[in-house]
Amino acid sequence: MKALKNYIDKIKPHFEPGGKLSMFQSVFEGFESFLFVPNTTSRSGVHIHDSIDSKRTMTVVIVALLPALLFGMYNVGYQHYLAIGELAQTSFWSVFLFGFLAVLPKIVVSYVVGLGIEFTAAQLRHHEIQEGFLVSGMLIPMIVPVDTPLWMIAVATAFAVIFAKEVFGGTGMNIFNIALVTRAFLFFAYPSKMSGDEVFVRTGDTFGLGAGQLVEGFSGATPLGQAATHAGGGALQLTDILGNPLSLHDMFFGFIPGSIGETSTLAILIGAVILLATGIASWRVMLSVFAGGIVMSLICNWFANPGIYPAAQLSPITQICLGGFAFAAVFMATDPVTGARTNTGKYIFGFLVGVLAILIRVFNSGYPEGAMLAVLLMNAFAPLIDYFVVEANIRHRLKRAKNLTK
Amino acid sequence: MLSKKNKEILLGPLSKNNPVIVQILGICSALAVTAKLEPALVMAVSVTAVVAFANVIISLLRNTIPNSIRIIVQLVVVAALVIIVDQVLKAYMYQVSKQLSVFVGLIITNCILMGRLEAFALSHKPWESFLDGVGNGVGYGIILVIVAFFRELLGSGTLFGYQVIPQQMYDWGYQNNGLMILPPMALITVACIIWVHRSRNKDLQQ
Repeated sequence: MKALKNYIDKIKPHFEPGGKLSMFQSVFEGFESFLFVPNTTSRSGVHIHDSIDSKRTMTVVIVALLPALLFGMYNVGYQHYLAIGELAQTSFWSVFLFGFLAVLPKIVVSYVVGLGIEFTAAQLRHHEIQEGFLVSGMLIPMIVPVDTPLWMIAVATAFAVIFAKEVFGGTGMNIFNIALVTRAFLFFAYPSKMSGDEVFVRTGDTFGLGAGQLVEGFSGATPLGQAATHAGGGALQLTDILGNPLSLHDMFFGFIPGSIGETSTLAILIGAVILLATGIASWRVMLSVFAGGIVMSLICNWFANPGIYPAAQLSPITQICLGGFAFAAVFMATDPVTGARTNTGKYIFGFLVGVLAILIRVFNSGYPEGAMLAVLLMNAFAPLIDYFVVEANIRHRLKRAKNLTK
Repeated sequence: MLSKKNKEILLGPLSKNNPVIVQILGICSALAVTAKLEPALVMAVSVTAVVAFANVIISLLRNTIPNSIRIIVQLVVVAALVIIVDQVLKAYMYQVSKQLSVFVGLIITNCILMGRLEAFALSHKPWESFLDGVGNGVGYGIILVIVAFFRELLGSGTLFGYQVIPQQMYDWGYQNNGLMILPPMALITVACIIWVHRSRNKDLQQ
């Protein structure tokens, strides 16, 4: 550590104004403050309420994402070997390796494209490099199906970083969640690669690994996809990719097809505990998203006609364990930049995200998963919610002041 | 005929005073008809014809129109011209006219038209008004065609209906971008054009 610090101090003069590498000053600063706490932190003033800065915040979120990511890698391999019928004779590590190799290129592409644009924009504008993409770059590969082509991820990431972030002024200024804009772009631009039965389970090999014939009766439909296309109004039985019935246990632990990082509710909950214990994410948002989802699922259970809306049969706990609901609640809705900021606003924001996610799932069979659209829609309304909360507070206080002066 | 001032009237709307990307008028039809190049081009020509002749007619009548009912008179003139254009399209370009559907009729409500009539034709001579109409129509048309070019190329892989992106690309895994066909991308494309335009013309930046 000491040697690294010495080295950085030694090369620092080259990047100062007038040095021969001064045009890369912000790149240098970015890396320096990524590795070490900057020498010039605030030491006085009322604005300090925590010793953590945004780089450290981002690092904690990455740590919180790791359980879901690692499980996602394993599950990619698990679903693949299940599909070719070789799960029993494949070791744990080969299954994981398959998933690791399938997911790694997506992470690399997302980071290279996103950070490339961020670095370029920072150099052009002589800004410091901001760390916001650290988390977005990890979220993007986790919310796409495993068979999404890499070039699509690159195009969508570039689009989201430029149009949802840089044009608004960079990190902390964006209205919409970057990772979800990426996903929405993919979803609407290339629907055949983002939904349906053929993208959520990798049936081919990965770098020559795990080639094999699909077993008979294979269907790559996700549980939510099955719910959306279930016809006839009879009882809905969710199945895994081989047609065996799924237990709640499978859904909770995440042995179901789906986007890479979203399947395991357990891994996401571990991440949630990390985020809440460190105080990074707001428990108000998380809690109210789950509350909204449960309330809306119950309403659907009681009132919606399952003959027309088959997904209405799913119990609240199933709704929460399936699809991207838990992931959106823990990692997307809690984004401090795009969500509501007032405490009352956070409850309203979270609750409506939960309600809308289930509403879209159940009542629009064209979109089997509604969590993405729900969060994006509420991102647009978050400032409005805050506005009314603040206005209500002002009115409340004025009334109190009037009563006092009477 | 084409004095320096008239040249300015004709060419100004193409860039520095463009109705779409500087005055931000006529965005509605720029969204609606630009998914393909052919309807965009037809729309551009129609609007140019209507705005040019409406300008001339209003300019000829400008001293006889009572001030209190001038908007109604303008609407009548524009509506008459739009009906003519609509009938011509139906007679000679039926397919395109079907694609444009109500948007030909909606030329009447295009802000560029009323804007030019109010701001220019009511206070200028017919020839100058004609040049102004042609300039604004073409300025509007250029943007429409640029937007439609990118939307059709990236959204459908074609230009004027001809396949441009080779089959080879699709075999390698390329796919058309479905979002380009949807209206939001028209707005974003217009925004990109404005971005490039403003960065080249610093005096337009606020």
